[in-house]
Amino acid sequence: MIVLRRLVSALPSVIGVIIVTFLLTRALPGDPAAYFAGPAATQQAIDEVRHQLGFDRSLPVQFVDYVKHLAQGDLGTSLSTGQPVIDELITRLPASAELTLLGLLLAVAVALPLGITAAMRPGSWVDHSCRIVATAGVSLPTFFTGLLLVYIFYYLMGWAPAPLGRLDVFYTAPPNWTGFYLIDSLIARDWETFTAALSQLALPAFTMALFSLAPLARVTRASMLAALGSEFIRTARASGLSRMRIVYVYAFRNAMLPVITTLGMVFSFLLGANVLVEKVFAWPGIGSYAIEALIASDYAPVQGFVLTMALLYVLLNLAIDLVYGLVDPRVRLEA
Amino acid sequence: MNQILRHARYVLGENPVTAASFGMFALFIIAAILGPTIAPYDPLASNTAQALAGPSPAHWFGTDQLGRDIFSRIIAATRLDMGIALSSVALAFGVGTIAGLAAGYRGGWLDRVVGRIVDTIMAFPLFVLAMGIVAALGNNIENIIYATAIINLPIYARLARAEANVRREAGFVEAARLCGNSETRIVLTQLFPNVMPLMMVQISLTLGYAILNAAGLSFIGLGVRPPTPEWGIMVAEGASNIISGEWWVALFPGLVLMAAVFCFNLMGDGLRDIVDPRRRT
Repeated sequence: MIVLRRLVSALPSVIGVIIVTFLLTRALPGDPAAYFAGPAATQQAIDEVRHQLGFDRSLPVQFVDYVKHLAQGDLGTSLSTGQPVIDELITRLPASAELTLLGLLLAVAVALPLGITAAMRPGSWVDHSCRIVATAGVSLPTFFTGLLLVYIFYYLMGWAPAPLGRLDVFYTAPPNWTGFYLIDSLIARDWETFTAALSQLALPAFTMALFSLAPLARVTRASMLAALGSEFIRTARASGLSRMRIVYVYAFRNAMLPVITTLGMVFSFLLGANVLVEKVFAWPGIGSYAIEALIASDYAPVQGFVLTMALLYVLLNLAIDLVYGLVDPRVRLEA
Repeated sequence: MNQILRHARYVLGENPVTAASFGMFALFIIAAILGPTIAPYDPLASNTAQALAGPSPAHWFGTDQLGRDIFSRIIAATRLDMGIALSSVALAFGVGTIAGLAAGYRGGWLDRVVGRIVDTIMAFPLFVLAMGIVAALGNNIENIIYATAIINLPIYARLARAEANVRREAGFVEAARLCGNSETRIVLTQLFPNVMPLMMVQISLTLGYAILNAAGLSFIGLGVRPPTPEWGIMVAEGASNIISGEWWVALFPGLVLMAAVFCFNLMGDGLRDIVDPRRRT
């Protein structure tokens, strides 16, 4: 029931996203039909394309048409590759998802302990390093961190492989189950491919993690501090509960709520940073697909990419809402 | 005016970190105004005999693949980067604050429309939306400014709306209304100064975000085009040299970019203290 209600509450966002992407297609400078027809098209070809795409009809009619195509999973065709945009997005999505999720996992794994330790010992070196990480993380441009890591770990140390895609050319991709190379190679029990994929993934994922670590660590520290200073913790202490129980059961669970809310912002950062990191590491995901299309003035893929990212983001926010409800029983009672 | 200056000096003297960040900001502004005139070399002049030379007394930050002096290019780029950041934040601040104040003060349909627009912008991952806007409106610097302004707009609108909503029944607003002030005048003279301290922190944060966003867009080839010097595009040009070990081409513009964002983020608290009416005593 709650799930249903949340789904309904996400609908306005979805509608808004679809309207904006529709308007973006119509806002192309000059004549959109000329863009979609390509640079070498004749006037007749342009008129044909205009009729085909429905640009000669009224805006509301065009919108209904656009939504109809969307419902059939039709995002148009890429000019430069001639492939339907949706197919390319689907084949490339796992690469981006694997990178983003591993980056987020790394960030959470570092940020939570760091924030908690910093809150438990304010003024200690952990607290100071937490503050430095939080400030540096937001000031560092992602693409710059990525390049810096490539220079240190590839050029100077020689630990990382060349930043060129998901797998070295000597390896073949594992059989496709999930599209995540790490999981697929585990299913195939192919350790060599697993290690190769992991070593390619390590630097870009770490770059993403560094970027999203900052807000997570800061919020964890602040909300842990607030939770630890609250009355119910004092009561728990006075009742003689063990330190572990107080920190990890009583304080941590309450401190998690703001952190979960921050995840929404973190995902917004991550999905954007994803594009830049993919460019730095020549990662064959949907971000680099969009960049290639942008450079070629090929608009259908860009629009498809923006729409996909926005819908993904709406879904992620929905998931965050649901998790919030799981962690905080009060939300369930209200609903 | 004199009093405001004295207050500003007091705030800066009290907090050395803030003072340092204001000093850095002044440096950036000077570099932006003077630009190419103080650069030791012509930022566009290539000299292939000197291509990819490391940092030396002649070229402090080395030269790039065309032999252009990186230090001069960084200085020349300041005007463009600062210009994009300042003008986009000014736009977002102006439009967002006014819309938010009006929505919060008036309520009703205006509130719903503004709220819906803000929610729709927030439904996108912001950098991705900026990419989409620039791709659709056309690939030039002006559109980079609009895109950056649009993605920063929701923060201002939301903050201003929340503040106006809380304060519209406050004593000083009622008093101003009784004195016969018009609604517009109340919003501008009574509510606006009260949201300024909050806004100042946001301005400093979004300035940093705006400069990162603009640099990111030009890094992927949107907006600024070579050979125009711009920090993001300079890092992009140096990206291919990183693998062969010429670190200075990308490192120095990246460091300056980082320093600018860092400086903006640190300025926030000082700016808030300067404009806060309650602290001007």
